[in-house]
Amino acid sequence: MISILGLTKRYGTNTVLDAIDLEIAAGERVAVIGPSGTGKSTLLHCLNYLDRPDSGVIRIGDLTVDAATARPADILALRRRTAFVFQNYALFANKTARENITEALITVQRKPRDEADLRADAILREIGLSDKAEAYPAALSGGQQQRIGIGRAMALDASLMLFDEPTSSLDPQWVGEVLDLMRRVAERRQTMVIVTHEMQFAREIADRVIFMDGGRIVEQGPPAQLFDAPRDKRTESFLRRVR
Amino acid sequence: MRALDLNYMLGLVPVILGYVPLTIGMALAAMAGALVLASLMAVERVVRVPVLDLFVKLFISFFRGTPLLVQLFLFYYGLPQILPVLAGINGVTAAIIGLTLHFSAYMAESIRAAILGVDRSQWEAAKSVGMTQTQSMRRIILPQAARVAAPTLANYFIDMIKSTSLAFTLGVTEMMGATQKEAAGSFLYFEAFLVVAVLYWVIVEMLSLLQKRLELRLNKALAR
Repeated sequence: MISILGLTKRYGTNTVLDAIDLEIAAGERVAVIGPSGTGKSTLLHCLNYLDRPDSGVIRIGDLTVDAATARPADILALRRRTAFVFQNYALFANKTARENITEALITVQRKPRDEADLRADAILREIGLSDKAEAYPAALSGGQQQRIGIGRAMALDASLMLFDEPTSSLDPQWVGEVLDLMRRVAERRQTMVIVTHEMQFAREIADRVIFMDGGRIVEQGPPAQLFDAPRDKRTESFLRRVR
Repeated sequence: MRALDLNYMLGLVPVILGYVPLTIGMALAAMAGALVLASLMAVERVVRVPVLDLFVKLFISFFRGTPLLVQLFLFYYGLPQILPVLAGINGVTAAIIGLTLHFSAYMAESIRAAILGVDRSQWEAAKSVGMTQTQSMRRIILPQAARVAAPTLANYFIDMIKSTSLAFTLGVTEMMGATQKEAAGSFLYFEAFLVVAVLYWVIVEMLSLLQKRLELRLNKALAR
């Protein structure tokens, strides 16, 4: 169970996240949609403390992190329960595909190298990139890089996986393979929050869809309800524009 | 114009070559020290530890702002007068320490720039998988910064080799010191200094070749 209370983030006088409250059940798959610049990405960054929220509480299981009191140790603990998939992949440029997956297992989780390698090889098989184990990110296509990015996140066995527009930087030809992989992750009832512009995909895999605008959650509900019978005018007009 | 004394020059080559190990040794020792010191200062300049930051800035400013020769004299002839502990220091040690301090100031700035040049997303990715700031720096950021800084640092090493010649002013008989002594005995200054110049040149060219190979290796991760 994950709960978020009053999560707020400001840049100067601009309030990007305005006291967000949100509860996510274990195994729930949540898609976040909305116009650009409405705080969707900031929400994910704050959940991982890549951006430090100005106020608000994040609770994951028995761990509580309050922005008012969070110390570096709390932030590390939070990051060790969450995994992040970046829009621009952000693979470690100085590490091979396999090393990208084993890096955190070895340095953060203190697993022996051979155990980490076994795990990485299993993941590489699963994401269909066993033959690229020794390749450096610069030698991989966007789709391959993002699949490694998802593999790196999968290896962490995190309570919560965060996907920040994982297909937005991809050439159209690579979008399908990345969505397929995410679909497989979702099928395992991995708790996930996905910020996406892929409406069809959100409808298909999400248990709940959240529509954000102006740093707030405007409306949320099961995909069928939110997409087919939106209650708020802003949701309706946004959906009309993206269709 | 008189003819060059080629026999004298040829005879001088093995004599001066005998001092190459000392020259290279001093440069290697100073380079190792400077790399460590410069990396520490560069990381500090990026992370900005209060108070310490002020000292590091002052250090870098002083060692970049004054001539190496002045620093060496200050260190070898001056400091022992007020710090008697240093009275027994020999010229080689003094030169190595002086070169270390001087070049670390320059190298710190190159390494700092290289660290700042690493894409922000690399920091974010390292943080997101739960790495501490130290782990991120050591495992992800510094290796990438090293690749960027390598050509510049190699150039500093070449500069360092040449700068070891200043050690002769501290009474060290290295390549330059040995040449000076030889020339003073034979009065064939042009021949003697021409030989040492060519020998420095050859050493530097050989190092440049090594440098190219090192860069190729470091660029492996970027190769397509």
